[in-house]
Amino acid sequence: MNAFPEGDFYTHHFEKGARENTMILNMGPQHPSTHGVLRVILELDGEYIVRAEPVLGYLHRMHEKMAEVKSWVQFMPNMGRVDYLHPLAWNHAWVGAVEKLAEIEVPERAEYIRVITSELNRISSHLLWWGAYLLDLGAFTPIMYAFDDRERILDLMQKPTGSRLTYSSFRIGGVMNDLDDGFLKDCAELVPYLRSRLPMYKDLVTENVILRKRIEDVGHMDKDMCMRYGATGPLIRGAGVKHDTRIIEPYSVYDKFDWEVPVYKEADAMARYMVRMDEIEQSLRIVEQAVAMIPDGDFMIKKRPKPAWKAPAGEAYFASESARGKVGIHIVSDGSKTPYRVKLRAPGFSNLNVFAECSKGTMLADAVAILGSLDMVIPEIDR
Amino acid sequence: MTAIKKIWDNVSGLWSLVVGLKITGKAFMDKQVTLHYPRETVSDSQLEGFRGPLELVGKPKVPASPKCIACMMCVSACPSGCISITKAKAPKPTEAELQAMKEAEERGEKVVKPKAPKEPTKFMYDFSLCSLCGSCVENCAVGAIRFSDNVYFASTDRNAFKMDLLYRLEVKGQRQEQAKAESAPQEPEKSTKEG
Repeated sequence: MNAFPEGDFYTHHFEKGARENTMILNMGPQHPSTHGVLRVILELDGEYIVRAEPVLGYLHRMHEKMAEVKSWVQFMPNMGRVDYLHPLAWNHAWVGAVEKLAEIEVPERAEYIRVITSELNRISSHLLWWGAYLLDLGAFTPIMYAFDDRERILDLMQKPTGSRLTYSSFRIGGVMNDLDDGFLKDCAELVPYLRSRLPMYKDLVTENVILRKRIEDVGHMDKDMCMRYGATGPLIRGAGVKHDTRIIEPYSVYDKFDWEVPVYKEADAMARYMVRMDEIEQSLRIVEQAVAMIPDGDFMIKKRPKPAWKAPAGEAYFASESARGKVGIHIVSDGSKTPYRVKLRAPGFSNLNVFAECSKGTMLADAVAILGSLDMVIPEIDR
Repeated sequence: MTAIKKIWDNVSGLWSLVVGLKITGKAFMDKQVTLHYPRETVSDSQLEGFRGPLELVGKPKVPASPKCIACMMCVSACPSGCISITKAKAPKPTEAELQAMKEAEERGEKVVKPKAPKEPTKFMYDFSLCSLCGSCVENCAVGAIRFSDNVYFASTDRNAFKMDLLYRLEVKGQRQEQAKAESAPQEPEKSTKEG
């Protein structure tokens, strides 16, 4: 036996089940289509994938443990960094869970501000996914258009949230800043602009024959498979299930708006693509209505929690819908300054595990198309 | 049948090429949306709300001395522990004062010990640890800290991010006073004449 065998624990373990005349290949942790440091071990028979196994943990930052040593208010910046593309959904889940535990009544204006900023954030997240996915598939131009529009959203979001990427502007009992009339006016102008760009996206990419041939009928994840792995978000909506946390367990003020959940039955990469493109449209609808309906009032409760604020003992669970799926936060409190235990449910983690089963028997190039269609954010998967 | 389908596939493929080129051509003729960064920068209005490293706020009348009362709220609020403040100590009583205190004690009167001034002697801030969350700014009772607009701050030296905010405020205050003196040069001249 070789004293210094090639590969590590994961490859050795994976090798045991290998067939004869197959090749074991590491895709990642530095593969461009994995958007971060995801590693997938593949067993290849020629160009076909026999087995695949995702290896996680390269970006593990122990957010759950960090929650146990930080006070309730101090944990807020962490929520901006779990999922850097849609941090406001995580913000919402955290403040929602703590507010549920402490039975804090949030002013209605604050809820509207949360919805407006979170939906704008969802659009910017989908735009970045759109650009990056097409970059994976070999199209360079779309990401330029996506970033042009995304920058406009970031410019707008910067004022009330104070940052352009890792937003952590929600607070227990409200939000950090009020939205001024200038923001609401700019927002009302941005919505028609973004809407006018959508037909261009459709012409340029969605109806492009190369994209259609590349991702149609690729990566079938039917309803059963999604449910077995607990996949949520565009994956399960692309498999024909009308599952959206904003509809199923309505939180905040989402039940006041008139919008639809896009659902596609095809369950392939194209269906997931279409779900996300339609979601941009629906988010624009929500933003438009919320800007028109936003009531006057406070954006923060009168008695805002101080850094050393103590939550009552007990347990609470709160779920929100991020661009990737259902974000769930379960907190256990023993009545002290810090949480006793925090469980973060990342949608990306469940979504990624579908890949192992889904990619069996596909070609290597299709695996990249499937991996991209999952819209992974590795820091979120590893937490 | 397959021949017709193949031809149709080619035609539709070519058509989507034409559509794509049309959009690219239109964007090519449009106004440029990017900036050549080092030569051009975004306008100040576009930087509104964006957070640079923390800075202290000076007193309205004495811009070189901080508003800070060293209550340590920001230190306890900070999630990453990037602020460290040293409180000012009570001034050491002189010998004459000590004598007076002793005598007062002997007489059975209440001894008034010198109180520590409510100000920091040291306000260190480690920007490399800061996550710019704004907890300190929100929790400051007197509004003594804010985010600066120094958003282009970068360095290759790790120690450059450990900032002495009191020193920076002093330098800034002095510069402001200088600018004031330059813009209104008559007043200081008058004062020297009188002196």
